[in-house]
Amino acid sequence: MLNYILRRLGAGLLLLAVVTAVTFWIFYVLPKWAGVTPRGMAAMYVGKAPTPEALDATVERLGLDQPVIVQFFDFIRSLVFGDQFQFGRETVECAAPCLGYSFSTNSPVLEQLLARLPITASLAFGAAVIWLIGGVAVGVLSAVKKGSLFDRLAMSTALVGVSLPIYFTGLLALAFVVHGWKILPVPRYEPLTENPGAWFTALLLPWITLAFLHAAQYARQTRAGMLEVLGEDYIRTARAKGLSERKVIFKHALRPALTPILTIFGLDLGLVLGGAILTERVFSLKGVGAYAIEAIIGKDLPVVLGVTLLGAVFIVVCNLIVDLLYPLVDPRVRIAA
Amino acid sequence: MSAPSHAPESAEQPEAAAAGVKAPGGRGDADSRSLRQIAWQRLRKDKVAMVSGVIVVLLILAAIFAPLLAKWFGQPPTQFNQDLMEPNSGLPYADPNNTDPAPGEMLPAVDNWGGISGDHLLGLEPKTGRDLFSRIVYGAQISLLVAFLSTLLCVALGTLLGIIAGYKGGWIDTVISRAMDIFLAFPLMLFAIALVGVIPSGFLGLEGNGLRVGVIVFIIGFFNWPYIARIVRGQTLSLREREFVEAARSLGASNRHILFREILPNLITPILVYSTLLIPTNILFEAALSFLGVGINPPTPSWGKMLSEAVDYYATAPYFILFPGLAIFITVLAFNLFGDGLRDAFDPKTSD
Repeated sequence: MLNYILRRLGAGLLLLAVVTAVTFWIFYVLPKWAGVTPRGMAAMYVGKAPTPEALDATVERLGLDQPVIVQFFDFIRSLVFGDQFQFGRETVECAAPCLGYSFSTNSPVLEQLLARLPITASLAFGAAVIWLIGGVAVGVLSAVKKGSLFDRLAMSTALVGVSLPIYFTGLLALAFVVHGWKILPVPRYEPLTENPGAWFTALLLPWITLAFLHAAQYARQTRAGMLEVLGEDYIRTARAKGLSERKVIFKHALRPALTPILTIFGLDLGLVLGGAILTERVFSLKGVGAYAIEAIIGKDLPVVLGVTLLGAVFIVVCNLIVDLLYPLVDPRVRIAA
Repeated sequence: MSAPSHAPESAEQPEAAAAGVKAPGGRGDADSRSLRQIAWQRLRKDKVAMVSGVIVVLLILAAIFAPLLAKWFGQPPTQFNQDLMEPNSGLPYADPNNTDPAPGEMLPAVDNWGGISGDHLLGLEPKTGRDLFSRIVYGAQISLLVAFLSTLLCVALGTLLGIIAGYKGGWIDTVISRAMDIFLAFPLMLFAIALVGVIPSGFLGLEGNGLRVGVIVFIIGFFNWPYIARIVRGQTLSLREREFVEAARSLGASNRHILFREILPNLITPILVYSTLLIPTNILFEAALSFLGVGINPPTPSWGKMLSEAVDYYATAPYFILFPGLAIFITVLAFNLFGDGLRDAFDPKTSD
C-alpha cells in the first residue's frame, strides 16, 4: 500500500517537474530561438511602454542575458526559495513558492492569483458537483433502462451536448435566461462568506452551463461502463442468489463502473480549477483564467507563467487525490498494491 | 438519432478499433467480403452517419468555394455597410431609406431580425454591417483548415510514436507511454495562450494569421498526439505477434520494413476512424482560442471571434450569437456523428 502511494506521489512530482520545465522552455528558451533579443524579452515582461534604461534594468534583474542553464537554476531557485524584486527604491519580498512578479501591478503574481482563486474555485466546485451527480445519475438510469425512451432522449441530448461549446450555450443562456426571461440575475461573484444566498443564485447559471458540457460526457461514459459491468458473470451470480435489482445495480455494478469516471473527474476538476478560461470570459467573472487572458493582452507575461504553473499544480494535486482514492473504490488496486 | 446503439467511448475500448485491422491474406471465411466492404455496407445503412457525412462534404465544399458563394449570395466578407447601421445601438435600421426617428421616438427604429434580407441571407454584423452569410462561409475555411492541419500533425506524431512504442516495447514503450499520460494532463489552453504571447511576429518567416495558424496547429499537434498514439500502440502490440509479421521477420526483413510496410498498412483504417473523431475537438479548440482573442485575428472571419464580438450584443442582438454558434455546432456534431458511425461500421462487435 505504502509502495502504491509512493509510486503515485513520484508520478505526480514527475508530472509537475515536466510541466515546470516545459513552461520554462516556452517562456525563456523558445522566444530566444525565435530571435527575440534580451531587451525584447524584457519588453514582454514589463508591459507598458518602457524606456531603454528600464528595459536594460529588467534584463539585468531577470538575468535575461544569462545562459539558459543559469536562467533555469534562477527560475527553480525563485520557485523553491522565494525571491526579492527591486521596484524603484522599494524591495518587494516574493515568498516561496514565488511564481514571479507582475510589473504592471507591482506585486508578486501568486498574491494576485490567490485573490482571484475563490471565484474560480467557487465556479469549479459548484459545477463539478452538478456534472458529477447529474452525469452519473443519467448514465446509470440510461444503462438500466437501455433502449427506453429516456435512454434514447438522454443519449441524444448527451451527443448534442458534447458538440455544444460553452461560448455558444453560455451566450444563449445569457440572452434568454438572464436577459429575455429574467429567471436568473446577471452572473457575478458574491463572496460566499458574506452572502451565501447571493453567491448561489449569482453563480447558478455559470455552474449549470459549465456542468452541462461535462455532464454529457460523463453520462455517456457511465452508461458505457455500466453496460459493460452489467454483462459480467458476477452480476449474473448476484442476481441468481436473489439480490434485489437495486442492490445489484448500486452495490455491485456502480462501483466498478465508477472507477474510470473518477480518473476523468480528477483531470477535469484540475483543469477547471487552473482557470475555467472560457466560462469566466463568457460570464465576465474575474477568476484566474480571465486573469491570464487580461495578462496576455496587457503583455504581463509573468502572470501568464504563474497561471500556467498554478494550473499544472492543480492538475497534479487532483490526479494525486484521485490516485489515493482509487484503492478505496476499487479493491483490485488494493490487492495489486 | 440512434445514439444508444453506439459503441462505448473509444478511449476505453482499444479493441473496438481492432475491427479496422484487415485480416491479411483473408482467411478462408465463408463471407468473402473484405472488412472495408462490410463496413461500407453497414455505413450506408446508418442513416445518421450518412446524413452527417453528406453535411461534412457540403461543409468542405462550402469552405473551398467560399469566394464563389460569397459572390453569388452575399458580398465580400470584409465589406462594411455602415450606412445600413444605426450608430447608437449598432444594429441595422428597420428601413435604411428612412433613418429618422419616428415621431415621439428618441432613436430611429432598428430591425430586430438583424437585417436579414435577400441581399444578406443571415443579416448584418452589428456596428460594421458586414455580411454575416459570407463571414460564416469564410469562417468555415479557416476553421476546417486549422482542424485538418492540426489533425494531420497529431496523426503523424501519434502514428510514429505509437508504432515505435508498441513494436519496440521495453523501456522505449515505458518512456513513450509515460509521455502520453503527461501530455494528456497538460493545461493545453493555458499553454496555447502563453505561446501566442511569447512567439514574436516573423517567427519561421510567418506573421499575422499565418503565424497564428502555425502556433495553433503546432500546439494541438504537439499535445494531442497521444490520442492517436494510444490506439496505434495497442494495435501494434497485437499485430506484431501475428504470423505475417513473424514471416517477414524470418525472411530477414528490417525493422523499418516491418513497421512501415507490414504493420502500418493494417493501421490505416483505425487511424482514419480516430482522426475523424479528433477533427471536431480541434475545431472547438481553434474556435475557443479565437473566442478568447488569441486565435485568428480580424479581419479574417472566424466563428470563435464572431462569438466573442457577440458577447456585447447578447441583450440586443441574439441572432448574432445564433449564426456563428450554429455553424460551430452543426460542423462539430456532423463530424462527431460521422466519426461515431464510421467507428461502429468497422467494429466487429456491432451486429449487421
